[in-house]
Amino acid sequence: MAPQRFLVTLDGHGQANCYEGERVLVALERAQGFGQLKNLPRRLPVGCRRGGCGICRVRVLAGEYQSGPMSRACVSAEDEAAGLVLACCIYPLSDLSLRLETPVVVKAKGERALQPV
Amino acid sequence: MAITGIMRPGFIQIRVLDMPAAVEFYTKRIGLHQVTEGPDGRVYLKSADEFDHHSIVLRRADSAGVDAAAFKCLKDSDLDHYEKRVKEYGFAVDHVKAGEQPGVGRRIGFTIPSGHRIELYAHADQSDPKPRIHNPDVWDLEPHGMAARRFDHSLLYGPDIEKNLDFFEKALDFRCAERVDMPDGLLAIWLTAGMKAHDIAFVKYPEPGKLHHVAFELENWNAVGHAADIITRYEISVDIGPTRHGITRGQTIYFFDPSGNRCEVFAGGYTYYPDQPTRTWDETQVGKGIFYYERVMNEAFLSVVS
Repeated sequence: MAPQRFLVTLDGHGQANCYEGERVLVALERAQGFGQLKNLPRRLPVGCRRGGCGICRVRVLAGEYQSGPMSRACVSAEDEAAGLVLACCIYPLSDLSLRLETPVVVKAKGERALQPV
Repeated sequence: MAITGIMRPGFIQIRVLDMPAAVEFYTKRIGLHQVTEGPDGRVYLKSADEFDHHSIVLRRADSAGVDAAAFKCLKDSDLDHYEKRVKEYGFAVDHVKAGEQPGVGRRIGFTIPSGHRIELYAHADQSDPKPRIHNPDVWDLEPHGMAARRFDHSLLYGPDIEKNLDFFEKALDFRCAERVDMPDGLLAIWLTAGMKAHDIAFVKYPEPGKLHHVAFELENWNAVGHAADIITRYEISVDIGPTRHGITRGQTIYFFDPSGNRCEVFAGGYTYYPDQPTRTWDETQVGKGIFYYERVMNEAFLSVVS
């Protein structure tokens, strides 16, 4: 018989499926792997580090920088001109002030929106 | 001949942001050889252990990712056979003339529900370097870099992978070696046309047509360790590993090319026979299935694609 499944709610962060006989922490670790837990004291969003995946998107609030090539699937030319860039593809020319604007895929047609923080 | 029809992955065409950086990465680090550069700037690469003209096509573009994954059929008439079956299944089929890629014969192409373009072809010229066939040494040209022996498989991300599964089984004669089922449905499938545990795999993802990784086969676990040394020595962006997959049992490292396309080097894995049942994974053990030693997925596995 399949083990019974329980729902564990982590206040303010999300929910995880936990199975009969399973340590709750193990279920939370798995939920984290599936991106089901939000607003954890998380690490910096790091992906390919080479401009292809878009995970490290930031808005440059102030400062000067040089840009290397970054995927137009992640950052349009208009975005780039407005300072919305991938942190892995910019090189500082002055002190910089940045805001994380990590994209998440929200629709099948590939629209990206700001991740709720 | 027991393996007929679609035999194996033949080539994959991927998009790169910086061609010189990509060529250096795939030749010096992965260990491939440049066969030629086409008039449109596409660059064709192969392993010295492969006979066919090329297995990797690089196309300069302003976004990273995959253009098409192509499988090689045993004979030309297979293309007519599969064109009929794909059309009967309900998908449109288009034709690519021989020579559109140097050394490759006519191809048929179609788009699958996950948004990826799949192609079939039956002829490829051979090109140098290639293995000798009379009194062959274990290699003719000494391996370099990570010493990739072949383009092995790709893992692609997109929606409607249950439809992909049905199509690959019913129209293309693939079999499902392994699958992951979550409480909310099918998460991932590993499909084979021959005797490898996978020739192509799909993971459910909301955005169509995405690339998770392109995999190269290495000789053994020691070669995977050497690849890890190369990744650190040349400051290649690493994702995870060396580790092992529970699914397919392959020994592996995930890392990124200079355009952010994920690559894998892969050794081992079990032999699949068509009478074997599909191996299944559920939510409780999926972490072990993906990364056998860590026993949890890293955050990047389901979210970082190109």
